[in-house]
Amino acid sequence: MPDLEQMTAETKEHGKESTRYFLRFTSKQRYFHAVLFTTFLGLAATGLTMRFSDSIWARAVARAVGGFGAIIFFHKACAVVLTIAFLVHVKGVLSRGLVHRERGIFWGPTSMVANGKDLKDLFEHVRWFLGLGPRPQFDRYAYWEKFDYWAVFWGMVVIGFSGYAMWFAPFFAKFLPGWALNAVLVIHSDEGLLAILFIFSIHFVNTHLRPDSFPMDMVIFTGVESEEEFKAKRPLEYERLAREGKLEQRLAEAPGRFQINFSRVVGYAAIAIGLTLLALTLAAYFD
Amino acid sequence: MTQAAIRKLRFSFRAGALATAVIALTFFLAPGTLHAQSQCLACHGDKSMGHSLYVNGKTFSASAHGVLQCTSCHTDIKGFPHPDHVAKVQCSTCHADQASDLKGSVHASHACTSCHGDGNPHAIFPKSDPRSAVYPLNIPRTCGRCHGNPALAKKYGLPNVYSMYMDSIHGFALSKEGLLVAANCQSCHGSHHILSHKNPQSPTYKTNIPDTCGKCHAKIEAEYDAGIHGKALAAGDLKAPVCTDCHTAHAILNPTDATFRMQSTPICGSCHKEKLTTYRDTFHSQLGMFGGYVETARCWDCHGAHDILPASDPHSRINKANLVETCGRCHAGANASFVQYQPHANPRNRKLSPGLYYVRLFMNLLLISVLTFFVLHTLLWVIRSRYNQIKNNGSKGGKDA
Repeated sequence: MPDLEQMTAETKEHGKESTRYFLRFTSKQRYFHAVLFTTFLGLAATGLTMRFSDSIWARAVARAVGGFGAIIFFHKACAVVLTIAFLVHVKGVLSRGLVHRERGIFWGPTSMVANGKDLKDLFEHVRWFLGLGPRPQFDRYAYWEKFDYWAVFWGMVVIGFSGYAMWFAPFFAKFLPGWALNAVLVIHSDEGLLAILFIFSIHFVNTHLRPDSFPMDMVIFTGVESEEEFKAKRPLEYERLAREGKLEQRLAEAPGRFQINFSRVVGYAAIAIGLTLLALTLAAYFD
Repeated sequence: MTQAAIRKLRFSFRAGALATAVIALTFFLAPGTLHAQSQCLACHGDKSMGHSLYVNGKTFSASAHGVLQCTSCHTDIKGFPHPDHVAKVQCSTCHADQASDLKGSVHASHACTSCHGDGNPHAIFPKSDPRSAVYPLNIPRTCGRCHGNPALAKKYGLPNVYSMYMDSIHGFALSKEGLLVAANCQSCHGSHHILSHKNPQSPTYKTNIPDTCGKCHAKIEAEYDAGIHGKALAAGDLKAPVCTDCHTAHAILNPTDATFRMQSTPICGSCHKEKLTTYRDTFHSQLGMFGGYVETARCWDCHGAHDILPASDPHSRINKANLVETCGRCHAGANASFVQYQPHANPRNRKLSPGLYYVRLFMNLLLISVLTFFVLHTLLWVIRSRYNQIKNNGSKGGKDA
């Protein structure tokens, strides 16, 4: 992360106390992301192999791991882990919202739920891309981040449901019409493909590879970002916290050298695997 | 003694021995006639006569013709000494039927001894004798002397069948298990009257193949005859597949073998093209392409292999009344709703599968619209950010555009 590298260089010059770090993601949220991208990479690698089973590379992969029995085993194993993570997440959100009455989780600037400002931000952002207006100011979650969240949320429901319908087809056939068993493969495979193409191209660039964050936004791994980055990327949240006097509560320690290096290795590996799978998908698709 | 003297002595000894033999022959035998094998073997039993003239008396007397006199076959030899050039033996004198069969076969130009006797006309054993070149377990090797020779195969445009056969289930049964009843070359092709598979008289002619295989596989043949392919063939449809179209002729594999399961779906698909395309779209095919430890349904797992019947037939495996049982063989718990699954659904055909058609249409529109929007959005964003970086920090760019 060049931001942090530059920070450290500046810190050395101006003294440590000049750079403050703020917490953006709790360790729980970071672990969820880790589970999510690990299982997603596993599901994508095995799923694409099955989807493009007639391509040369798919057969090589199948041979390497021990036939399709092994491939579907890994696919199901990743699916079960991801399902558990999804259920734990939903339970967490519901208990924060319903039991602990945390209102901000369902509505307002800290919520994942889209609102009128997101639509306005989208229009203004595109106007800024075209040089027609100033850059919009974002709060805690920008509209594309919310889209990422809901795309993954919807994707997990749709892909998960259609996947389990194939896994336990005789059971699902008790309450689904026969043609639905044909439809679930189409849904599972197309929605999976959409998720793979979206994550490995749009999410990678929007979050990690765009010039502002290149080559990787480390905040999802370290959990913290510098004050400068915070102010530049989410000025509205920074101002709101400052206004409410809650800024100090979010102060965190600078990430350690090991944390940064470890995050880099894991993050670059994930991006490299993702881009490889993207290339293989495109190769098989246009073959 | 000098070397020359020894050589001289040895020569005179040999000459003496030969003279004694000749004198003995003329003395003891009625001049001009030869009767016993021993009389011929007195000369031809000597290895020094050379390969083409030497006869191993022991082997010959044990052979199928061992009870005969030499002159029974070498009929032009009347006495001793016999002429320098003797006529070719005519096997047809005794084996007239076989000789006429051979004459009408593809091997008409071949001598009997090219198969019988392993190249040695005096070592022909009955086919029940393990020493015989035409003993069931030895036949593939005997035929393979020519039909396992890549150069000969190429010259005559024939497949190099010996290696295919030896790796087949028949070859395995024969070479590994030593099964005398395992099909060898002549079980299908016949022995003397071998004809081209293009000849309608040949047991390997397309319409005769079910009977040829049915000589051993009687029950399968009966099932095949009752099935749709057998009926079509009987009705004169030469496009209908026979045993060898699916199982191949020589490289026949165990049908449960993964290699066979992998190679056979395209064989059905070579006629049933549309069915293969729609099958390729399904889970059964996508996962089945890998082979491996778990098997997904291939054509004959649902349709049957030999007794294939149209779905309208109440005995058909894919008749509505039998589907729960057919699908249930793999899918434990299959029920009436489950078997409504269409293993050949075509999501591109609105009339046949309307539900599936619209599901696919929706999914495709979703995929295309989401990706198009975000690819454009992201591209513009990247360009704009980079532009700002360069504008703010000079050509080097930098963070925080």
